[in-house]
Amino acid sequence: MSQPKIRIRGLKKAFGSKVVLDGVDLDVTQGTAMIVIGGSGTGKSVLIKSILGLVTPDSGVIEIDGEDVLKAPPKRARELRAQIGMLFQNGALFDSLPVWENVAFGLLAQRRIRRAAARAKAVDVLAQVGLDATVADLSPAELSGGMQKRVGLARAIASEPAIMFFDEPTTGLDPIMGAVIDGLIVDCVKRLGSTSIAITHDMASAQRIGDNAAMLYQGRVSWTGPAAELMTSPDPVVDQFTHGRAEGPIKMALRK
Amino acid sequence: MNKLLDLVALIGAVALGTVEFIGELGLFALSGLSHIFRPPYYPRLIGKAFMEIGYFSLPVVALTALFTGMVLALQSYTGFSRFGAESAIASVVVLSVTRELGPVLAGLMVSGRAGAAMAAELGTMRVTDQIDALSTLSTEPMKYLVAPRLLAATIALPLLVLLADILGVLGGYLVATQKLGFASGAYLLATFTNLKTEDVVSGLIKAAVFGFIIALMGCFNGYRSKGGAQGVGTATTAAVVSASILILALDYILTQVLFVRVR
Repeated sequence: MSQPKIRIRGLKKAFGSKVVLDGVDLDVTQGTAMIVIGGSGTGKSVLIKSILGLVTPDSGVIEIDGEDVLKAPPKRARELRAQIGMLFQNGALFDSLPVWENVAFGLLAQRRIRRAAARAKAVDVLAQVGLDATVADLSPAELSGGMQKRVGLARAIASEPAIMFFDEPTTGLDPIMGAVIDGLIVDCVKRLGSTSIAITHDMASAQRIGDNAAMLYQGRVSWTGPAAELMTSPDPVVDQFTHGRAEGPIKMALRK
Repeated sequence: MNKLLDLVALIGAVALGTVEFIGELGLFALSGLSHIFRPPYYPRLIGKAFMEIGYFSLPVVALTALFTGMVLALQSYTGFSRFGAESAIASVVVLSVTRELGPVLAGLMVSGRAGAAMAAELGTMRVTDQIDALSTLSTEPMKYLVAPRLLAATIALPLLVLLADILGVLGGYLVATQKLGFASGAYLLATFTNLKTEDVVSGLIKAAVFGFIIALMGCFNGYRSKGGAQGVGTATTAAVVSASILILALDYILTQVLFVRVR
């Protein structure tokens, strides 16, 4: 088997005495979409933030293209991570900048484009997520939630990243807009041939955008398999989670 | 016995927390400083921060300085006329304003205006993931958000204080000539004969330090804020309170360093 695009081994992270990740192993094959599911507070966000370098894990291995980003020198680690595009849960658009500058931000930062050409390029990318040029000069606060998600997606794909992360891409959207965003995600990921990881609680969305899925439970990956089998898996943890049963092996901690 | 141990543990925890806080603040300041001097540079952001900290603080600082100069003349007249020392008023006004009140009052006003705004803006960016988003877009947040503000504030404050010096003296002059019956020429002569370059320069040095402190506390508290709207509020309060206290404390230390050797 060829080397996975992202390979995680024994990843651990604790905040104080609270162990969030307790030895996560995960492989994401080049060009496939991995879905990560798991209850709130089980460390899904910490997992992708660790890969992005926003959280420093306590121990473990995170390889991108076979290189351990945790051991690589800072400059090399930045280069490896520069190929990751991220769609944040609430968009995280820069509210001090107009939409087009948000979209072109990564390209401008990497000096891959001149400022004069940036607006035209941004309009181009906005068209790929179904937004027309009239929104380019608006401020993010003037957009609806669904449109902010689209702009966030446009910002993530503008630099044509080899890897894409999606943090709950459909949360807070109505079912139709959720399906539209999923469609756009699949389109973009396919067109760019990217490898992707998506966190979601939305099983319909998981099956639309995912090739494979992993269940995060008690700080570890307790189950992996094809996303299509999420709803039919005999694994009791996955079964309880995907069907939203109150009774089962998962005991929800109502208080932290 | 247990109570005693608890007390010792508490003292230890507070001490450790304090050391940790100072360490974090120091590292933050060093990191911000080093990013000022390393490319890429963001001249547009420095310009924008300069406008926000300097230009938009002009009215507040100007009014503060003008009224301070005016009240200074009035108050010292009341005091000095009791032992016939009215002639010293011009010197008192100009020395108080340039050495002390200009930098301190401008620092406190800018801290309340610009320092609070910085903490609120960076805090909101933190809690809405915008700072994380910067990192994922090949941009170092310390360089993009913090370094321009540190640099702009350090340059803007001395310029504001220079203006405050002029307006403070003007305020004193207006009250002295229009209300207290001083002769215009004599008052101005008394103002400038006792003024040394180092009085003004030391005030400007203070101002530069205060500017750095305002931006540092604004950025540091905003950058570390967590916990939504409440966290941003806490960060904003902490930014203004800590900057104000540091300004007053450093003012004493700097005065000691800059003036005491003059004896």
